[in-house]
Amino acid sequence: MSDRFSGLLLRRADDALVLGHRLSEWTGHAPSLEEELALANLALDLIGQARALYALAASRGTGEDEDLLAYLRGDREYTNLLLLELPNGDFAVTVARLFLYSAFADPFWRAATVSRDRDLAAIAAKAEKETAYHLRHSAEWLIRLGDGTEESHRRAQAALDRLWPYTGEMFEAEDDVLVAADITPEPAGLVEVWDRTVDGVLAEATLVRPKACWMQSGGRAGRHTEHLGHMLAVMQSVARVHPGAKW
Amino acid sequence: MVGLRERALRERAWAAAAGVVDPEIPVLTIEDLGVLREVVVEGDGVEVRITPTYSGCPAMGVIALEVELALARAGIGQARVTTVMAPAWTTDWMSEAGRAKLLAYGIAPPPRAAGRRALFATEVAGCPRCGSEDTVLLAEFGSTACKSLWQCRACREPFDQFKCH
Repeated sequence: MSDRFSGLLLRRADDALVLGHRLSEWTGHAPSLEEELALANLALDLIGQARALYALAASRGTGEDEDLLAYLRGDREYTNLLLLELPNGDFAVTVARLFLYSAFADPFWRAATVSRDRDLAAIAAKAEKETAYHLRHSAEWLIRLGDGTEESHRRAQAALDRLWPYTGEMFEAEDDVLVAADITPEPAGLVEVWDRTVDGVLAEATLVRPKACWMQSGGRAGRHTEHLGHMLAVMQSVARVHPGAKW
Repeated sequence: MVGLRERALRERAWAAAAGVVDPEIPVLTIEDLGVLREVVVEGDGVEVRITPTYSGCPAMGVIALEVELALARAGIGQARVTTVMAPAWTTDWMSEAGRAKLLAYGIAPPPRAAGRRALFATEVAGCPRCGSEDTVLLAEFGSTACKSLWQCRACREPFDQFKCH
C-alpha cells in the first residue's frame, strides 16, 4: 500500500512541480507587471503544493526527502503529465495550458478533500482553493485572448489545437486499489465537469473546441517528450552541482 | 504537582510562541493568524505545533525558526517545532484581534466564511483608510501570495486585501 500511495503522491507532486517550474520561467518576461506578479504567485502555489506532497511521500516511506525527490530524480523517474512539461510557447499557449489543466485539477482536488487519508485531504483542501484562483485567472485570460483581436484569437486557437492531443492523459485511470479505498478520486469520473467548464469558457472566448483525436500518453510511466530532460537539467543544475548544500 | 508544573510550562511556551510575528505582515502574530495550533509538554520540553497557511507561503520556514528562538529566549531548552497539515488552515481562523490589527495596518481583512462561495462571490473590500465600499479590484495577485491589490474610488488610495483562503 505504501508504494502505491507514494506513487499517487509523486504523480500529483510531479504535475504541480513541472507546471510550477514552467510558470516560473515567465518571471522577468511577462507581458505586464500585473501578470508578472500573477504568474509568479501561481508558480509559488504549485511549487508549494508539490513540496507538501513530496514531504508527505517522504514521511510515508520513500526514504528520500522532498529535495531529493524534486532535484535528484531523472526524467524517466518523473511521472507528470506530458501536457505540463511542454515549453511555454507564446503567452496564449501558457494560458491555454494552465486553463486546460486547472479545469481538471480544480474538481480533482475538490474531490480529494474527502480522501480517507487525512494528510492528503488536508493538502487537497489548500490546493482546491488555490486551483480555483488559477482556473478563474486562466479562464479570464483565455476569453480576453479568444474574444480579443484577430491576432490574439488566432494564437489562442492555435494554442488549443496544439495542446488538445495532450489533454486525454489527465483522465487516465488512477491506481484502482487506492480508488477503491477512497484515497484518491478516479480522474475518469471528472470528464463531464471538465467538458462543461471547457465548453463554457470556449464559447465565451469564441474559440472552437478541437475535434476528438488520438491522445498522447506515457508521462505516467516515465516516458516523456524531449522537453522534460532539458527542463530538469536547468531546474536541477544547482542542486546537482552542490548536493546537500546548506546555507 | 506535576500537573501544575506541566501547565505552567505549557503556558510559558505558548506565550513565547504566540509572540512570534508573520515576517511579511509584522502586525500579526502567529496566534492572531491561527497558525499556532498546540503546545504539548514532553517531559521537561515542549512540542509546538504550527500549521502552514498557503501551500507556497515562503514565511513558514522563518516562522518555525522564530518560534525556536522565542522558546530558547524564554529558557525552554528542549523544544521542537512540528508542522501539522490537518485540519487545513483557512482565513476563518484569523482572530478578531488579528482582523482589527490588519485593518489598522491598512490591509483589508479577508472575507468571512472562506469557501468556494466566498471565493467566487461578487467581492467587496472596504477601504481600510476611509471605510468606503466603493472600491475596485486592480489585480487579483498582489504583493504577496496572500494578498490582492485594490483601489478606493472615494479616497483614491490603493490598498491590499488579505485574500480569502
